[in-house]
Amino acid sequence: MSVLTSREASGTGTRPARTTRRAGTGRLAAALLSPTLLVVGLVIGYPVVAALRLSFQVSHQSIDPHTGFNVTTTTFGLDNYARVFGDDRILRPWWNTTSFALASVTLEVFIGMAMALVMHRAFQGRALVRAAVLVPWAIPTAMSGLLWKWIFNSQGIANDILGAQILWNRDGFQAWLSVVVADTWKTAPFIGLLVLAGLQVIPGELYEAARVDGASPWRTFWRITLPLVRPALVVAVLFRLLDVLRMFDLPYVLVGPRKHSVETLSMIAFEEMTNLRFGTAAAYATVLFAYVAVVAFAFVRLFGADLIGRGTGSER
Amino acid sequence: MNDQIGQWGKEDMVSSEQTVVRTGTGRARTVRWGAVAATSAICASLLVGCGSSDSDSKGGGAPEASKERGPITLAMGKDTTGTVQGQLDRWNKKHPDQKVTLVELPESADQQRQQFIQNAQTKSDAYTVLNLDVVWTAEFAANQWIDQLPAGKFPLDQMLPSVVKTGTYFGKQYAIPYNTNAGLLFYRKDLLDKIKAQPPQTWAEMEQDCAKVSKLPEGEGIDCYAGQFDKYEGLTVNFSEAVASAGGSVVDAKGKATVDTDAAKKGLHFLADGFKEGRIDKKAATYQEEDGRRAFQSGKLLFHRQWPYQWALAGAKDGSSKVAGKFGVAPLPGLDGPGKSTLGGLNLAISKFAKNKATALDFIKFFSNTANARANLQVNSSAPPYTALYDDPALNKKFPYLATLKQSLATATPRPAVVHYGDATAAIQESAAAALSGDKSVDAALADMQKNLSAAIAEK
Repeated sequence: MSVLTSREASGTGTRPARTTRRAGTGRLAAALLSPTLLVVGLVIGYPVVAALRLSFQVSHQSIDPHTGFNVTTTTFGLDNYARVFGDDRILRPWWNTTSFALASVTLEVFIGMAMALVMHRAFQGRALVRAAVLVPWAIPTAMSGLLWKWIFNSQGIANDILGAQILWNRDGFQAWLSVVVADTWKTAPFIGLLVLAGLQVIPGELYEAARVDGASPWRTFWRITLPLVRPALVVAVLFRLLDVLRMFDLPYVLVGPRKHSVETLSMIAFEEMTNLRFGTAAAYATVLFAYVAVVAFAFVRLFGADLIGRGTGSER
Repeated sequence: MNDQIGQWGKEDMVSSEQTVVRTGTGRARTVRWGAVAATSAICASLLVGCGSSDSDSKGGGAPEASKERGPITLAMGKDTTGTVQGQLDRWNKKHPDQKVTLVELPESADQQRQQFIQNAQTKSDAYTVLNLDVVWTAEFAANQWIDQLPAGKFPLDQMLPSVVKTGTYFGKQYAIPYNTNAGLLFYRKDLLDKIKAQPPQTWAEMEQDCAKVSKLPEGEGIDCYAGQFDKYEGLTVNFSEAVASAGGSVVDAKGKATVDTDAAKKGLHFLADGFKEGRIDKKAATYQEEDGRRAFQSGKLLFHRQWPYQWALAGAKDGSSKVAGKFGVAPLPGLDGPGKSTLGGLNLAISKFAKNKATALDFIKFFSNTANARANLQVNSSAPPYTALYDDPALNKKFPYLATLKQSLATATPRPAVVHYGDATAAIQESAAAALSGDKSVDAALADMQKNLSAAIAEK
């Protein structure tokens, strides 16, 4: 009903009518965009292609028994991928990456949504609350990782409050949990703010009409707020999902490298790189790249995130 | 691309120098091109064996043969004490045409290593003198990122032999000691005095002391022993120390992994049983240097394996330390007698891809000399490589732990000099952590470690 009209208003209003000037405009657009495309191609396209090439480059090293020097020979082949998938090393970080994404994004959606609903209400000091909520998100991840490392230290405040002696920094479920807590704390405000933006474009008349019709607050939320805020929410979740899947800094700083319960795919790629196995590192990175792409594609297909400005659901 | 980076590095340097320097660099450049031309001419005439001449000609030959002089850079971790620039200023005043610029790298050793490697990978001449952690010598030498140095031109015979050895690879000197480091046993002297005990020389004695102290009213809530047992480089250090203190070794003289021995088992048992039986508190499994220091400083630890830097902090009389004046320092205990420490510290090396290597050589001689080492000890209590400084009465008065440290350094063993050190230390940490947490038996953990360490050493 009213949902449809708002979609039409935003989706179809600006369709170009004069086709004669279209070609000229198109050429101008191409000319204006080409520098950007060139830069994007250089800073994103080239590294991706180079990494892909590198992931097929297999190097064999041996040490010359007389001089002690490293002798490296390089061939091309699938050995790096064979190593990545032949090892059991891929499964654990893959599962860590995925479980982080599932757990923390779910938590963040609930908490962020609640934050947005609170911030949406008119009350005194609302601006202050909005600014305060944003603080965790404004802190660089490495900093907040360090911050939470202190909180979760064996002699830290988390154990003081819980009255327990939990070794958060030690490999295990508790380490995994500490990363989820820190990530949720850090990025729930991000979802909150995007949802808040979505909430603020919902016309007030809809709520008035609902009230006149005698709808309960719960029903109002399900039938008006949620459907109308969905485009914003879906984009927020997609961003978060992509972010968490390639998470590196938070577990690296908070818990540390080589702790299996929190090791993510990015961390493995980094570890390989620091040990000078660039080929395998590139292979891990490529696998992660493909995985993120697949998840993003599936997500967009399932929930129809409006990333290219078509207007959500207008195709369906 | 490589050239470009080198060029930028040079531009940076030149812009801050005088025109005199500019001409100097220009001359060096011509010389280099001459060398390239000559090399290619020889290559062309012989048509064989010139496959790797590219990297050789780039840097301008070995430092011994090099006559190139001019501005250079010193790349090292962040100078937190502020002593380095003063020393550089003194050099620069005397050598206005061969100035040294300090390139400060991040504080963390891992990040320093990455920057050094990145620099080497692009064959950049941005870094001339490298301040390398002692465990990186093998890796950097094997990859030919650093040059062999003329050992005879340095006062190596005045330095502690174990420290000099950390700069060697395949019997050749690749790096000159800048400072060194060894583990010490910090103990609560006040509590040991109460039970009338001397600092322990063996693990068994330490155990007995702990049992006695725990019965004292003052001993309540005090943990017995801690070191650096989190899963990071500190665990490799502590594990190597435990193995060496039991009479074993992690890697033997021929470079073979030797952790499946009885001695290694006894060493790891000392740590694993310590956790199991409560001598080492469970929370110590997450300790890095600073965690343990805080515990010791707040009076909650009887014995602590730590680097010398804790001495000044734990002794601070400003109220930050509850144990000021109440603690002592002893060599690490071992299985049947005094134990062995692992060597830490930094060495100076010359990047293969750098210019002006003759200057670099002279500068290393200056930068690592006794006077500077003494100054470093006095300002930031970093352990000097020179034997004589440990017997200096004035220094001993100010740093009473020097005699103990010398004793530790004399028997200290280096960490395995493995080309793929990153993989070797990961293999050690993996198994040692599993044994300490009780996830694996000591025997199983060491069997795994032997397998993985051998693989890391033989890595293809």
